[in-house]
Amino acid sequence: MSATREVISTGNELSAIAAVDAGCMFFGGYPLTPSSEVMHVISDLLPKVGGASIQMEDEIAGICAVIGASMSGVRALTATSGPGISLKAENLGLAQMAEVPLVCVNVMRGGPSTGLPTRVSQGDVAQAKNPSHGDYRSITLCAGNLAECYTETVRAFNLADRFMQPVFVLLDETLGHMHGKAMLPTVEEVKEGIVLRKKFDGPADEYFPYECGPTEPAVLNPMFGGYRYHFTGLHHDKNGFPTEEIETCRKLIQRLDDKVTAHVDELESYEEFMCDDAEILIIAYGSVSLAAKEAIRHLRADGIKAGLFRPITLWPSPEAKIKEYTDKIKDVLVVELNIGQYMDEVQRASGRLDLKGLYKVNGRPISPYEIVNEVKEVF
Amino acid sequence: MAFNYDKYLRLEKMPTLWCWGCGDGVILKSFIRAVEKMGWTQDEVCVVSGIGCSGRFSSYVDFNTIHTTHGRTIAYATGVKLANPTKHVICVAGDGDALAIGGNHSIHGARRNIDITFIIINNFIYGLTNSQTSPTTPKGMWTVTQKVGNIDPTFDTCELMIASGASFVARENVTAPKKLEKVIFEAFKHKGFAVVEALSNCHINLGRKNKMVSAMDNLDWIDSITVSKKKYEKMSPEEQLNLLPTGILKQDAEADEYCDMYAEIIKVHQGERKKITQDDFAKKI
Repeated sequence: MSATREVISTGNELSAIAAVDAGCMFFGGYPLTPSSEVMHVISDLLPKVGGASIQMEDEIAGICAVIGASMSGVRALTATSGPGISLKAENLGLAQMAEVPLVCVNVMRGGPSTGLPTRVSQGDVAQAKNPSHGDYRSITLCAGNLAECYTETVRAFNLADRFMQPVFVLLDETLGHMHGKAMLPTVEEVKEGIVLRKKFDGPADEYFPYECGPTEPAVLNPMFGGYRYHFTGLHHDKNGFPTEEIETCRKLIQRLDDKVTAHVDELESYEEFMCDDAEILIIAYGSVSLAAKEAIRHLRADGIKAGLFRPITLWPSPEAKIKEYTDKIKDVLVVELNIGQYMDEVQRASGRLDLKGLYKVNGRPISPYEIVNEVKEVF
Repeated sequence: MAFNYDKYLRLEKMPTLWCWGCGDGVILKSFIRAVEKMGWTQDEVCVVSGIGCSGRFSSYVDFNTIHTTHGRTIAYATGVKLANPTKHVICVAGDGDALAIGGNHSIHGARRNIDITFIIINNFIYGLTNSQTSPTTPKGMWTVTQKVGNIDPTFDTCELMIASGASFVARENVTAPKKLEKVIFEAFKHKGFAVVEALSNCHINLGRKNKMVSAMDNLDWIDSITVSKKKYEKMSPEEQLNLLPTGILKQDAEADEYCDMYAEIIKVHQGERKKITQDDFAKKI
């Protein structure tokens, strides 16, 4: 998407605006710092376009209402933070199992438990990969600046409908509450880019929502339109009805995995910043990447050729690109506001255990100088 | 002519997983007759169920159907209804589903008075999972988790729903299928949160260890603890003790319905009316 209009806003507000621009017609949620502003904003925006926003009685009800709305056929959003994801987990699992698309914005704060409600963290990266029990592939996008709070939310809606599953958009407290200038695509461009979930339009008796190719998602027609079928969190057959038939069960779970892994090219997204001649590679994502870029400018001023690789789609990870860089560059520093949650993935993708990590878990943002000092010390 | 249920059933899913003599089948049939009476098409109805024996209800009926996680029927249904206010949304849940794990959603659905019909099948026990105590298991009965006798106090489903703000609340018993059909029909007609508590038997997992070995024994016991609202109201408090009144216990057609109220919010945002204030409501607190 091209960046053609200038907006002054916050990350949370931008993700709410993006949702409505992307055709979202339903929001269900529960107040949770530091994500609540998403609900504050969208509760005004949705009724303007004839949609609905509801503050439910708890986090669980928030995600359930969103899944219900999405099952009926409308684009739907919820927003929360780590504790809310913990509560929503079981029903996020149902949405994975029944292949119900939705977007879940997680504005990360300090954890575990109640943690540091008003302070920044990236402690939910591992949670986003596997929020609930069972096998499936998470799709998790991570905004690295204000503009991406908007553009990644838009992308999340299109990916949710393409892959028929929940898509996480990770913000963090710093980005969510950051107030500043963002260059955004026009609303017209966003609307033109909307790709809604597939629909079957043949005769109802020939419609089998879960009968699809081995690497393709279910085709779930909107409710109330003459195609009656069944949603369940149980293992199910081609019509959505519970089954324990051995091959049907195996194929279903394999397909939930394969429908994502077979199409990583449609999901992959990353930024390379001053990587061409880099001798030191920093891997960072989210608001940390802003500090990393500043650090790289300082390092280069001191004659140290550093570059940044920033995954935007965290799950599935850009593993081939990570491998390519870590094969080429010896000195790699992974910077995270957690204790190496993405480092595990970088190690897996690179096959290297000698990468350096800079982790910060006290609820404070990382400063460029902390990164500069670490680079100078360890390499 | 005998009523033909076939149109509304997913016949390929028959027989149900419900035990021989289970009252849930009576509720299923009463429900179908009430739908037919409403004249609704199958396409405009959404049936949402949870987990437990009652959870399978949704897979047996040929509507738009959702089998949710345990206890969350009302929360899912709220999303379906608010996104589709002109459609008919019906939840079916058991006593564990509606009053234990899903208790929070039940009381808040009732508080909002959103136009959902909520059929709570109360068989006084966790049947599917083998006899654990439910919030309606009578004190002193055997359960697998309280084998020397249940000490947990019980919820009165209807009192709870009335207190929470449901605008229609009724109770019936599977031994009176015609009456059950009638209260479900009245609940369907009602605009607002309409609760029908359908008392059902579980002679397998409640009765077996509580001297109600057959379905008939269990049903006789349900009959013995229920009395029509009319008779109940004439009784002294001592006589009312341990009895549950049946029939329509609350019916308030004037209460504000949530989707209607949300339509007013939309009007404010679209400039068709001024903002909503306390003066718009008869009861302000």
